Amino acid sequence: MTTLVIAEHENGAIAPATLNTVAAAAKIGGDIHVLVAGHNIAAVGEAAAKIAGVSKVLVADNAAYEHQLPENVAPLVVELASAYSHVLAAATSNGKNILPRVAAHLDVDQISEIISVESGDTFKRPIYAGNAISTVQSSAAVKVITVRATGFDAVAAEGGSASIEAVSAAHDAGKSSFVSEELAKSDRPELTAAKIVVSGGRGMQNGGNFKHLYTLADKLGAAVGASRAAVDAGFVPNDMQVGQTGKIVAPQLYIAVGISGAIQHLAGMKDSKVIVAINKDEEAPIFQVADYGLVADLFEAIPELEKLV
Amino acid sequence: MKVLVAVKRVVDYNVKVRVKADNSGVDLANVKMSMNPFCEIAVEEAVRLKEKGVATEIVVVSIGPTTAQEQLRTALALGADRAILVESADELTSLAVAKLLKAVVDKEQPQLVILGKQAIDSDNNQTGQMLAALSGYAQGTFASKVEVSGDSVNVTREIDAGAQTVSLRLPAIVTTDLRLNEPRYASLPNIMKAKKKPLEVLTPDALGVSTASTNKTLKVEAPAARSAGIKVKSVAELVDKLKNEAKVI
Repeated sequence: MTTLVIAEHENGAIAPATLNTVAAAAKIGGDIHVLVAGHNIAAVGEAAAKIAGVSKVLVADNAAYEHQLPENVAPLVVELASAYSHVLAAATSNGKNILPRVAAHLDVDQISEIISVESGDTFKRPIYAGNAISTVQSSAAVKVITVRATGFDAVAAEGGSASIEAVSAAHDAGKSSFVSEELAKSDRPELTAAKIVVSGGRGMQNGGNFKHLYTLADKLGAAVGASRAAVDAGFVPNDMQVGQTGKIVAPQLYIAVGISGAIQHLAGMKDSKVIVAINKDEEAPIFQVADYGLVADLFEAIPELEKLV
Repeated sequence: MKVLVAVKRVVDYNVKVRVKADNSGVDLANVKMSMNPFCEIAVEEAVRLKEKGVATEIVVVSIGPTTAQEQLRTALALGADRAILVESADELTSLAVAKLLKAVVDKEQPQLVILGKQAIDSDNNQTGQMLAALSGYAQGTFASKVEVSGDSVNVTREIDAGAQTVSLRLPAIVTTDLRLNEPRYASLPNIMKAKKKPLEVLTPDALGVSTASTNKTLKVEAPAARSAGIKVKSVAELVDKLKNEAKVI
């Protein structure tokens, strides 16, 4: 039994979600191989070889894989998949884009966003925005699975010494091409990997007011997130959205500011260790999941909080 | 250009579902059902493409029970020209749905297929990508902007780090994200007109598609409940609790 983990990487570095995905592979048991697909990615391959528990790294270095276009990367994974019992990817926008294409080519059902491994063929995953947990058993010869990072503690990025093997297969479907990218630039920790997350909702009133949250976040070393309402209203960009269809976070501390607590938002943060809610509406549903609730005007509470932490 | 839009009948997004006592699934008896919100966005995008003169015909398709005709009628009222129901009372996996849609794509030969990125019941986020794989088409998932020009379409996608634009050769598959558009409401005259629009009913057997699955749901449970904590009276008390009780700052 050997599991293939598709590495997520950006700017020449392994993305943190890969370490959680390897942790899920370790729970399944057996050998763990990692596929690094991209262009000019020798350094990523070397970093992947150091991940604890990984025995082999496959490096597919080709211009066709540079932007992770699913039309090109999925056939590569399919070609490799027959040698494996499981193919895993992080449930990131990239993993979600590529893996169902792999599953369809292999003619197997995919299991999306697992949060636990019960055995080699049985997994738990949330459905209905996390209002139910489904236990799913797969009879597929190759089990194709995306992994919700918050369900698994990351393995160590250092300490392993896997062998590195080049994969020469080049797949260029010629059906799609990369045009451009607009990436959010931030010096703050990445939302899904941060130990503390400060999120703002409709109560922030406008995008300019998010500066209060940025100041607080910088003092706490926190990432800044937002509810769908705040993103839809144009206060902040979409990559900050926490929720059922945005990012799933589970930090040590989640501070929800001016967020009412719709089911869809709770789905993205209710596994946080400690939840703080600051809202002037004491009936807001967010208080039903908060460990510490403060009924207050956020524009008074946040500057005070910033001073005291 | 012909556009195919797939829609799914799901529990309304405002409903908080409950797990059945026997752990066989969630209780959907007497629960309000609606069109999946992402599918509404897909229908709206197709209608806008038709209003711009890019799309000439919009065919809407649903895979589901007889009652899914309600959601197809809604799509017709919003501006789709005709509808197809592939009727199945079984709960189908994303792969089975993708195979059925592939059969419809083969029959209809659309230039563009628009689907929601995920259904809010199974939360799978698979069907569009699987349909693209089975059809051999390019895919633009999680779209926040769709621009057709000539024989290609530019799709701006919402990705974890921001936004990415890809160019896809037509025919292609697009799945919608929340910011693509704001769906309209159907007007009463259009709801009346929709009743007269054609709605064809097919079966998986008639399409020659097997809906067998490699996944089996063993049980469905309620998540571990998170209980409400305490209300603090001041910011100072909050900071004290976070430092000395929770020890997280």
